[in-house]
Amino acid sequence: MFLTMEHLNKTYPGGKVAVEDFNLEIEKGEFICFIGTSGSGKTTTMRMINRMLSQTSGTIKLNGEDIGKMDPVKLRRKIGYVIQNIGLMPHMTIRDNITLVPKLLKWPQEKMNQRAKEMIKLVELPEDYLDRYPSELSGGQQQRIGVVRALAANQDLVLMDEPFGALDPITREALQDLVKDLQERLGKTFVFVTHDMDEALKLSTRIVVMDGGKIMQVDTPDGILRHPANEFVENLIGKDRLIQARPSITTVGQVMLKNPISTTPGKSLTDALRLMHEKRVDSLLVTDEANILKGMIGIEDVDYNFNSATSVDDIMNRDIFYVQSNSLIRDTVERILKRGFKNIPVVDDEHRLVGIVTRATLVDIVYDALWGDEEEDEESDNIHHGTDKTPVSGASQTDAKGGDQG
Amino acid sequence: MITFLQTYGTQLLLKTWQHLYISAIALALGIIVAVPLGILLTRTKKISGFVMAIASMLQTIPAMALLALMIPFFGIGAIPAIIALFIYSLLPILRNTYLGMEDVNPALIDAAKGMGLTGWQSIVKVELPMAAPVIMAGIRLSATYVIAWAALASYIGAGGLGDFIFNGLNLYRTDLILGGSIPVIILALIVDWLLGKLEAAVTPRTTQA
Repeated sequence: MFLTMEHLNKTYPGGKVAVEDFNLEIEKGEFICFIGTSGSGKTTTMRMINRMLSQTSGTIKLNGEDIGKMDPVKLRRKIGYVIQNIGLMPHMTIRDNITLVPKLLKWPQEKMNQRAKEMIKLVELPEDYLDRYPSELSGGQQQRIGVVRALAANQDLVLMDEPFGALDPITREALQDLVKDLQERLGKTFVFVTHDMDEALKLSTRIVVMDGGKIMQVDTPDGILRHPANEFVENLIGKDRLIQARPSITTVGQVMLKNPISTTPGKSLTDALRLMHEKRVDSLLVTDEANILKGMIGIEDVDYNFNSATSVDDIMNRDIFYVQSNSLIRDTVERILKRGFKNIPVVDDEHRLVGIVTRATLVDIVYDALWGDEEEDEESDNIHHGTDKTPVSGASQTDAKGGDQG
Repeated sequence: MITFLQTYGTQLLLKTWQHLYISAIALALGIIVAVPLGILLTRTKKISGFVMAIASMLQTIPAMALLALMIPFFGIGAIPAIIALFIYSLLPILRNTYLGMEDVNPALIDAAKGMGLTGWQSIVKVELPMAAPVIMAGIRLSATYVIAWAALASYIGAGGLGDFIFNGLNLYRTDLILGGSIPVIILALIVDWLLGKLEAAVTPRTTQA
């Protein structure tokens, strides 16, 4: 394990508990976001990693080595550090700022020059910026330098404390893309403190949600959106985001109609027609005795072949479109809509029939995504977009929930 | 004026030199003591208020009284004068060093520490350069004070341009009073101008041009 934090506690003099029993294991190459409100202990925890603060109890191990037993100065030179207020030295050129840590490590001059050039290239700034001073750069450019300064000495671990909080949204997004790219391309490990959920969702491989010094939840962005551990996490994510995220994290299994009406291949067409009549549907799914999906018959098939065929097996359509119950709505909705199917059987991993998605279900999904809470101006634009896409054909089954399966 | 210079020219040069070196030594000692002490106080904030109060108190002792107080301990001559002037030079330098260091953006100090600068490296590479203009302003102020008050040092036999002034006062000779005062003023202006140049030189560059 690259970084292990075990039973960390931090109590300030006077008894204020900042961090309580914090446990986390971080793999190399992960992008971990600590998120929480102010006073949640996220910054405190991050600052314990490079010993800017010392824990009251508990251990932190970097590559298996207890950092409490290391020289703090040497430790910090191995860990990149980026703070919100940028922290570039105003009296040093960009070159000197970038090579600050290499210089402390006594790299030869030639290697440092080389490094400065590589680094400025990495953040796509012109080389002649190296001789400028920080005040001659824009805020976004300065923070780019702040980011590469934290990598210049080949640091494997980079700590960032709300580094983009003071930047305008466009610059912030560009810098988020930059660090995400650096993490993915260079395999650096990031521990990133933020209070911006969008930022955390965008960047993280895992998110650590903190409140009152305690971990509320540790999970991937998808996991957090799909299963917020408690009300605090839900509130932090925000209702809007949960609703927006719903189509992207909801599985087919969650929205399908259960107990689809089905028959078996051995049944006669008379039985099938009777079942359709009784259940008020226009088609039937066909499964074998083990509930494995075999095909589908529609009322047209029954009508056309009623005199020539005897069993369902003779006329059923074997080549049918189906979806897995654990696939995401996000990935399936569009395919369903495009093909204009009236309804799609849902199967589990063993190809057993477990449910059905009808066009009425799709209407529910679109409806929830748009009006899940209350209307917003920008969302009402999307409504037209959504309805335009829905083909009018096949609307025959959308009238009622439940009995509309075929 | 010309007759004055013809009569007192060499003496004037000698006294000016005395005046300058008494002031310079006192100021140098002041810098050597007050700058490190000011830095030290920013690391030990608990006692900083106490030390600053003492420095302020020393500043309030009347100059004549302080000079007179030196005699029982150090006798008369240049040394007690230098010591008295040194005490006067302390406060402006100490206060400006302390305030200048305190005023350095904490984010820079945090960044410096977080990147692995030792405490000493942080002071030398980051804090002192950033505080330099404020510290220099304190030194300039002290220099002006010291040169002006060095005129009083003649009173305890330290020499300097004060000799002219005190003689003039005793003999009701306006030319001697002016002949002592004007060089003191010119000296103070020149030293301040030179230190101003030095201040500009130690103020770190933050732009290319």
